[in-house]
Amino acid sequence: MAPISPVAPIAEQGQAVDIRVAGVTKAFAGSAALHDIDLTVRPGELLALLGPSGSGKTTLLRIIAGLAQADRGQVFFGGLDATTFPVQKRQVGFVFQHYALFKHMSVADNIGYGLRVRERTNRPSKTEIRRRISELLDLVQLSGYENRFPAQLSGGQRQRVALARALAVEPRVLLLDEPFGALDAKVRKDLRAWLRDIHERTGKTTVFVTHDQDEALELADRVAVLNQGRLEQVGSPDEVQDHPATPFVMTFLGQAVRFSADIRDGRVLVNGKLVSVAAPRSTIGLASLYCRPWHLKPVQAGHGHHQGLITGVRRLGSMRRIEVTQADGTRLEIEAPLATNLRVGEEIGLDIQDGVIFREG
Amino acid sequence: MSDLSAALVLTDSPQQSVVTESKLIRRLAISIALVFLLLFLVLPLVVVFVEAFRRGLAGFLAAFQEADALAAIQLTLTVAAIAVPANLVFGLAASWAIAKFEFKGKSLLITLIDLPFSVSPVVSGLIYLLLFGAQGLFGPWLMAHGIKIAFALPGIVLATIFVTFPFVARQLIPLMQEQGTAEEEAALTLGASGWRTFLTVTLPNIKWGLLYGVLLCNARAMGEFGAVSVVSGHIRGLTNTIPLHVEILYNEYNFVAAFAVASLLASLALVTLALKSFLEWRHGADLAGGTHR
Repeated sequence: MAPISPVAPIAEQGQAVDIRVAGVTKAFAGSAALHDIDLTVRPGELLALLGPSGSGKTTLLRIIAGLAQADRGQVFFGGLDATTFPVQKRQVGFVFQHYALFKHMSVADNIGYGLRVRERTNRPSKTEIRRRISELLDLVQLSGYENRFPAQLSGGQRQRVALARALAVEPRVLLLDEPFGALDAKVRKDLRAWLRDIHERTGKTTVFVTHDQDEALELADRVAVLNQGRLEQVGSPDEVQDHPATPFVMTFLGQAVRFSADIRDGRVLVNGKLVSVAAPRSTIGLASLYCRPWHLKPVQAGHGHHQGLITGVRRLGSMRRIEVTQADGTRLEIEAPLATNLRVGEEIGLDIQDGVIFREG
Repeated sequence: MSDLSAALVLTDSPQQSVVTESKLIRRLAISIALVFLLLFLVLPLVVVFVEAFRRGLAGFLAAFQEADALAAIQLTLTVAAIAVPANLVFGLAASWAIAKFEFKGKSLLITLIDLPFSVSPVVSGLIYLLLFGAQGLFGPWLMAHGIKIAFALPGIVLATIFVTFPFVARQLIPLMQEQGTAEEEAALTLGASGWRTFLTVTLPNIKWGLLYGVLLCNARAMGEFGAVSVVSGHIRGLTNTIPLHVEILYNEYNFVAAFAVASLLASLALVTLALKSFLEWRHGADLAGGTHR
């Protein structure tokens, strides 16, 4: 994507505000309920709401926007209680997964819509609106497209128009619902970098919903992981990856294998053999040890904590993924260098080098 | 290999598509359809115009110089002018509610909207007589207060509204359901009021579907016979609509006048058909999702 043109006045809009969600609860007949959610989005932060479908992440975003009502709980923007504000008064910029551009309006009319529908007293003049539209088109790198209609744009272009339209009204905060969900892999990658750029330039407090952990980890300052309507963990990409708070966070953020572990006197044993993982002092007895593929090192058969048969060797970028089938039929994957001499059909041992301990149950 | 390439050549040729029948069967099917169309649709239409002009243009025009004929035309236009806008508002409201909100009894409402299609128009007319007629449920009360509904304009309008109830709603419901609520939600987050959102986002998205529905609704409103016949009481010059007037003229063996007036309705049908085809051709995509009755 081309470099972004130097400073536009958009970057100077007001102070970024924080978003605080307090005790938000919503019961749904079906899925996507929310249970007592407390979450603070810091001023100017880019926060990802990450979770599988049905986890309630979109519901939470819509409650922040005022597009849905919580059964209980409050939403604050910069200390201002916006819970009872209708969606029009919340001044949020909302970007929808399927763009939701006005089909019958040109790109320019779409972007200018939020300014044109203002009450006469604070509606900018026509020339001012036009100036603002061209400024925003510049920002989203679509100058020259003002007279196109949404149907004449690619998916990525549509989403950029949608973002320009949301920014046009100078929103307090920016909320994006699976903004790249409907785009193909290449465009997604480009738009991620571009969104990061826009975020840095506008400085708006931004929340985006995604089910793609790579997207969340790559883009966000902090990630809030939701599961079945509950907040599992909020933390920086490093925190949630290195210190997952729950087994769900561990397994959702990447491949993980679970081993039964026995904890005695602060020592972790798997199949009676010691593992060099620190165990929390309070944990005693049975526990779960979750390992990433790179936590497991292949060793000679008969050695290590586990035994298995190699049933597959695949290349994955600059690594090889080795599929190992254990005696009980369960499969797991480990990583090996490209030039590995491991072959399908070989018996190997697995040495657990690292992992995360969770209490059983 | 040679078998394969032979097969490829075969499927390449459009004549040999697997769903194509032999020439004989194709011709037979087309002929049956054509004969059927000619006999049951084109021929009657031609007869209407031929009979209307049997005594030349003068005879044709004479049918419209009669006071009763003019009164019938005026009444029909009046009824349509009330019934169509009423059903436009109702259809918009109903399809808006059904497509954009979740509420209890939604499927019941959808079924009710279809009711006029499944009830015989005569029965629809009778319902209003039973409600508002002299012997009807509200008849005595209405009479005491000097309000005339049965055998008067209000009754005819009510019966027409009932019969044409589904047209606009049936057209809009699938269209609005398909479009969803995202655009409206976008407008609301941008600060537009509900009414403003309706005018600038919802309405432009459904305008062609709406026009299509109104067109069909109007054609039916002007042409309705059964229901109107029951509630009108056939008072000449007062409660006769065009279709009723045609029937009276015909029963009086005044064939030229009957067909002349009937040709008016036939022309309306043709104009409706032409406009409908134009809409489908020009704005097919915007009508998509609509059921074509």
